[in-house]
Amino acid sequence: MTISLTEFLMLAAILFGLGMAGIIINRKNIIVLLMSIELILLAVNTNFVAFSYFLGNVVGQVFVFFVLTVAAAEAAIGLAILVVLYRRRGTIEVEQLDTLKG
Amino acid sequence: MILHLIFYAYALVAVASAVMVIASRNPVHSVLSLVVTFFAMAAVWMILHAEFLALILLLVYVGAVMTLFLFVVMMISVRQESRRKGFVRYLPFGILIVALIIGLVVIGIGPERFDLSHYPAPLLPGADYNNLTQLGSILYTDYVYPFEIAGVLLLAAIIAAITLAHRGPVQRKVQNPAAQVAVRREDRIRLVNMPVEKK
Repeated sequence: MTISLTEFLMLAAILFGLGMAGIIINRKNIIVLLMSIELILLAVNTNFVAFSYFLGNVVGQVFVFFVLTVAAAEAAIGLAILVVLYRRRGTIEVEQLDTLKG
Repeated sequence: MILHLIFYAYALVAVASAVMVIASRNPVHSVLSLVVTFFAMAAVWMILHAEFLALILLLVYVGAVMTLFLFVVMMISVRQESRRKGFVRYLPFGILIVALIIGLVVIGIGPERFDLSHYPAPLLPGADYNNLTQLGSILYTDYVYPFEIAGVLLLAAIIAAITLAHRGPVQRKVQNPAAQVAVRREDRIRLVNMPVEKK
């Protein structure tokens, strides 16, 4: 009695959908947008790990390793940009950052 | 059966805390909910026999990245009441998107394609199985160049983050050696000719 691949994939799909919903719903705070991106990456990594286990191929885990590396770099640079933005503008609300809108 | 119970308990915790991440009013609560999600998903990865990656998820993500998020959230004091304004307006879109994506994916990954008869669970590994050895023997041979590129990428991320967030000596008294060396005699000394005064 083991857990089938479908259940892992469905869990990842639900997390992915919640991350997408977070990006759409939260129009206020950029930090929450970054956290939604982290949720999406977590769902994708779960898919990689699940397929790696069920196909008996460890390369999927290697790929998750690289995705984690890139995600950590992205979070660090994104938060640094956020701090600089807050120093310049005094706000991190998405709707007030519309300089490029024209 | 007991494995099913463990899996569904952790899946429930992960989904509930993911909902908290996007629905919470306070950004600090969002960060802490995301930490709970990472913990639960690390347990799910343990069920999938990815021990090394589960521990890396805990150490790197919960230990480093989420701490960074928490620092930034606490440094930037967001006015909490303003976060709520667009929530109701975009909520129908959010629910629609989630229903659409989850519906499509569930149609795609339903049990008729990915159940145990199509993808049977692999045999339980023997006592000498070592996830770390297996991962390392591939990572350091076939994927050694991507591995090194990942290291360079992390170095670039460090330099970029420091360069962006470094403010220079604003509130400290520091020496500027370049200015000290480049100083000329004419900048500091002014010789004035004046006649001798007599009583």
